[in-house]
Amino acid sequence: MAGDFVVEVARIGFLILLWIFVFTVVGVIRRDLFAGARSSRLVAAPRGVGASTGQQRPAKVKRGRAAHQLVVTAGQLAGTRITLGDGQITIGRAEDSTLVITDDYASARHARLVPRSGQWFVEDLGSTNGTYLDRAKVTGPTPVPLGVPIRIGRTSLELRP
Amino acid sequence: MSAQAGPVNTPAATGELPRVRDVQTRRNAELALLGFAMVLVAAYSATIQLTMFDTITGNFWVPAAVLSVLFLGLHLVVRYAAPYADPALIPAVALLNGIGVAFLRRLDLAEAPAAERLNFPIFAGTGGRQLAWTLIAVVFAAIVLLVVKDHRAISRYAYTLGLGGIVLVLIPALLPGRFSEINGAKLWIKVGGFQIQPGEFAKLALLAFFAYYLVRKREVLSLASRRVLGVDFPRGRDLGPVLAVWAVSLLVLIFEKDLGTSLLYFGMFVVTLYIATERVSWLIIGLLLFFGGAYAAYLLGASVGGPFANFYQRAEIWLDPFSDPYVDGYQLVQSLLGLGSGGLFGAGPGGGQPTKIPEVHNDFIFAGIGEEIGLFGLSALLIIYLLIVQRGLRAGLAVRDSFGKLLAGGLAFTLALQVFVIVGGISRLIPLTGQTTPFLSAGGSSLMANWMLIAVLLRVSDAARRPVDASVSARPSGATASAPAQLHGAPTEVIKP
Repeated sequence: MAGDFVVEVARIGFLILLWIFVFTVVGVIRRDLFAGARSSRLVAAPRGVGASTGQQRPAKVKRGRAAHQLVVTAGQLAGTRITLGDGQITIGRAEDSTLVITDDYASARHARLVPRSGQWFVEDLGSTNGTYLDRAKVTGPTPVPLGVPIRIGRTSLELRP
Repeated sequence: MSAQAGPVNTPAATGELPRVRDVQTRRNAELALLGFAMVLVAAYSATIQLTMFDTITGNFWVPAAVLSVLFLGLHLVVRYAAPYADPALIPAVALLNGIGVAFLRRLDLAEAPAAERLNFPIFAGTGGRQLAWTLIAVVFAAIVLLVVKDHRAISRYAYTLGLGGIVLVLIPALLPGRFSEINGAKLWIKVGGFQIQPGEFAKLALLAFFAYYLVRKREVLSLASRRVLGVDFPRGRDLGPVLAVWAVSLLVLIFEKDLGTSLLYFGMFVVTLYIATERVSWLIIGLLLFFGGAYAAYLLGASVGGPFANFYQRAEIWLDPFSDPYVDGYQLVQSLLGLGSGGLFGAGPGGGQPTKIPEVHNDFIFAGIGEEIGLFGLSALLIIYLLIVQRGLRAGLAVRDSFGKLLAGGLAFTLALQVFVIVGGISRLIPLTGQTTPFLSAGGSSLMANWMLIAVLLRVSDAARRPVDASVSARPSGATASAPAQLHGAPTEVIKP
């Protein structure tokens, strides 16, 4: 009798443990499990909109929030994210670019993002069709606020914390 | 994160931010999950012994311990060779593999004479062999991780791999039946009591080739099109490759008598094509071609017989397994009865009668496990497969080069399709075909090929999550880039000053 009880507990316990494992794995990867959905929400978030309606830089962004990721929000590579380090990021169609975009309106070496004393700057590398920070054409190295779209051809990129 | 609020005098008018915190590699999470998975495997073995013997012997933990040491070794290799790789992949695969080993051992125990059960040797029987194969497979995976430092290097050997893949596919078809036929399917190479299933390795090689080919051809395949009924259809002349692969997979179906493998190759190609071009029309064309081909094979099997007879027979069994439950339909009927008697929560590990199902070591392992852990447990296993596939697709989404995207997406989809084909087969959703259940089924070829597949996914996910400066930062911005990562022979591009 007692033996049956132990067997029953073991049987049910194993099934429960199995599901706990499933949820633990989901917990570990939760952060980017639904990343697609979350990122599309962020694109439409007020911060980005506010910036595009003529306000200057999003001064509301809290100090101390660092850009840790470069996210492609539109174009063929939409959904791609690059974790930022200390090095520059080159963007273009050339295969040795950090971000290789296959966009008909992009040049081989289109633009680059450079970190300088804690701020990311976008710089156009003499592209044919230009690089836009939000609506403004980038002419020299320009600081890039978080969440403001950089547009290259049909591709859009944003810095994210 | 909070560190920059300090006195650093940044050009902080904008306040965004600068310094980069160390990107988490999540290796410790992987280690913890791995420990959890191994505890689960040990608990599974313990429950089996408890149910079968009414007692727990002192050695129930030994297979789990051997696996733990093995996976710990792989974990260390990943720490060294692919520190940013996805943390969920190895634990999830390790759990499936461990449950497979424990279940096969349980089958050995059921078949062993009662006197030997309590002291059944660790490396004896199917379970023991599976344990040994796991060892070899994990070593293979580690070698892949150590040798392939950058997944883009694979694209350099794409044509070699493609040719190798085709040769591997064709060998069993061309060999005489006694060297290649098991249970009516000619999928094997049998040499002196030793069997390998070359198709398992061929799928990896072919996929690498597909990915490379499509990266080069994606423009023409996706741009030139005609619009019919609101869907963009490709031009006739661009259909060449897809028709060629379709023909090859039909030949596999006819000469190797294996619907599963043929569906796998064709599905693999169509989906990589879809990922490369984002054209739904490829999926429509692919499905129409496949169902048309399968239906034609069925009709031919009914009227002509010959090479199509095997497929016709399988389709008939699928349509009505109970018409001949003791001969033709026996396997499938036993599988369905097993799943049915397992019900929602199963008979408990060790409490079922899986040995009643023929081929429960291989094709029907999912039915055997299902009888004992029930729908509740089977869904957990299916979700673990789903998570593995999701991590693969995620790596494909995040990686920064087209070849890597196609490779990871295609590999993840291949795994999903294989699970679908076999689980659909044993549960009578589709005609049963002889696919192995990845990581669970007994069999060295399947285990090795699938572990290599996971190694490639780990490599791609490492590239996807690795911070960029680690590999690229030293490059000058100008045209004189040092040794570009030599991708698929990209056309030379003129660089503007």
